[in-house]
Amino acid sequence: MFPYEKYLRRNKFPHIWCTGCGCGIVLKALLRAIEKSKIAKDDIALVSGIGCSSRTPGYVDFNTLHTTHGRAIAFATGLKLAKKELNVIVVTGDGDATAIGGNHFIHAARRNLDMTVVIYNNYIYGMTGGQASPTTPAGKKGSTAPYGNIEPAFDVSALAIAAGASFVARSTCYHAVQLDKYIHKGLLKKGFSVIEAMTPCPTYYARPNRLGNVVDMMHWYKENSIPVEIARKVSEQEKKEKITIGILHDAERPEYCEEYQKLSARIMKTDNK
Amino acid sequence: MREDDARLMTGNEACAEAALVAGMRFFAGYPITPSSEIAECLARRLPQEGGTFIQMEDELASMAAIIGASLTGVKSMTATSGPGFSLMQENIGYASMAEVPCVIVNVQRGGPSTGLPTLPSQSDVMQARWGTHGDHPVIVVAPSTVRETYDWTIKAFNFAERFRVPVVVLLDEIVAHVNEKIIVPTRGEFEVIDRDRTTQDPKDYLPYALTDSDIPPFADFGSGYRYNVTGLSHDETGFPANDPKKVDLLHRRLNRKIERYRNEIVHYKTELLEDADIVVVAYGSTARSAYRAVRNARALGLKVGIFKMFVLWPFPYQELDKLARRVEKFIVPEMNLGQIAHEVTCAAKHEVAQVNRIDGGLITPDEILEAIKNVSV
Repeated sequence: MFPYEKYLRRNKFPHIWCTGCGCGIVLKALLRAIEKSKIAKDDIALVSGIGCSSRTPGYVDFNTLHTTHGRAIAFATGLKLAKKELNVIVVTGDGDATAIGGNHFIHAARRNLDMTVVIYNNYIYGMTGGQASPTTPAGKKGSTAPYGNIEPAFDVSALAIAAGASFVARSTCYHAVQLDKYIHKGLLKKGFSVIEAMTPCPTYYARPNRLGNVVDMMHWYKENSIPVEIARKVSEQEKKEKITIGILHDAERPEYCEEYQKLSARIMKTDNK
Repeated sequence: MREDDARLMTGNEACAEAALVAGMRFFAGYPITPSSEIAECLARRLPQEGGTFIQMEDELASMAAIIGASLTGVKSMTATSGPGFSLMQENIGYASMAEVPCVIVNVQRGGPSTGLPTLPSQSDVMQARWGTHGDHPVIVVAPSTVRETYDWTIKAFNFAERFRVPVVVLLDEIVAHVNEKIIVPTRGEFEVIDRDRTTQDPKDYLPYALTDSDIPPFADFGSGYRYNVTGLSHDETGFPANDPKKVDLLHRRLNRKIERYRNEIVHYKTELLEDADIVVVAYGSTARSAYRAVRNARALGLKVGIFKMFVLWPFPYQELDKLARRVEKFIVPEMNLGQIAHEVTCAAKHEVAQVNRIDGGLITPDEILEAIKNVSV
């Protein structure tokens, strides 16, 4: 049995998540990744914004910071730059990270600041009652898209890669074992890492869209996910409406904190001459 | 203080240099006229001092980043002007709620909206007090000269650290851009305060403990005290709470911690009030014109004095109320449509005369003198 207890704030349970919610699966994957990384609890800052996923920090025994909607990465930027030895992890949702927080997300990726961002993508605003988000697929319903969503959806991982993230991977709550493997790789990566975790929201996404219960959603993830190695070989038509999973991007780029330290050392040396 | 320490400086430069002297080592900001020189100066100076400068993607992020940095125990600051100050309001509220010390410099320009980017204004007085939603404590200082900007930037950090609140330094375009001779004070001439840090065992630490002082001792993030910080109403443990008793306790304490120490914070200077039957209440760059107007009026034999404010919030209601018992006529010159005049009216309990400009022009001594002559007849 994995020692989850070691990381949990037991007196904060029961959690607020609905029955069948994927947030708990992502949380457990995150804890397994942290345990494997051997990073001490004191050296981890877990930062979130607002939403279902952003309630994660309250349940775990780290330095935890629950911020304002969309701003988690901006708060995390200050934490990391002011205390570079902290391992900064951001947990956020599709609305938090790519709608209200979209600007912070792309600019942190561009800077390649060393942090790990886990995005719980459930295609919907769960906390506020099922409104359409930037990742709600076209045609699907939300409480603010009662006739079906007419907006195209963001591909969160593609956005992260385009903006400059060093490491980008995607998995689903059905593929939980891969999820903690990717989060672990993200924790070890020097630079901006993004792990997109596809999570079921049976309450606010499955119900209005008649997608069945959480077991049906898990089956859907199983049947409709294709490993990135295969996705690269098949036609666009064959992977339409499928979820590509795996390590989508892993590159070496100069990391912001290191670049800043180099600059600071150079300036301080010049001044002393 | 020695004459050979004299330097020529703008208010923006004085603000940046004083912040460094106060121990500020983290700045996050976004370019905006007329405050940009503060960021430019610190982009050059902070790496020299081993501190961190970062230009963020917007003002929302700048405010968020300084709160994040301050949570690790590093004194942090941002600088902006009206439109950017509007964007910062969201996280200024967070800093109030989570009791994170930080300093926000707002170099006021004409508003609303994009307004008059290069011209002075004092129209953010109420935004500085009430800009973020909810009842919240705030401290706002408003210097008039380059030297005052230096001194009050240091004091702003001291207030932020002492009371665990966001503090606003409200400059205006004139104070920010005027080049003046200042004699830079030496280290022994001012006090630098650091936040009170807990010495408790991490097991027993309550981040929002109810203490006699109403100001909970701080623990730096990542120093072995693993606690939770949230913008939600919370209890002593730092975890969300919506029990009415706990919510009431939190919000009354947050506001009380400024009210009960108001005498340490409120600061003003009076001149020529002994025999005065008219008083000019002034602040910021407008106070400079007010001093000249008062001197000119005295030369004409008019009995007028001045009440010059350094701190706008908390507002000196009691002091002005006391003054109003012996002086009947008040004049408030300001580059807005009466934001402070309204508060003076509340304190004095009768109408006050106003001199207002909102056209981007500064208020001249003659305009104030004219108002003094008008009320004296």
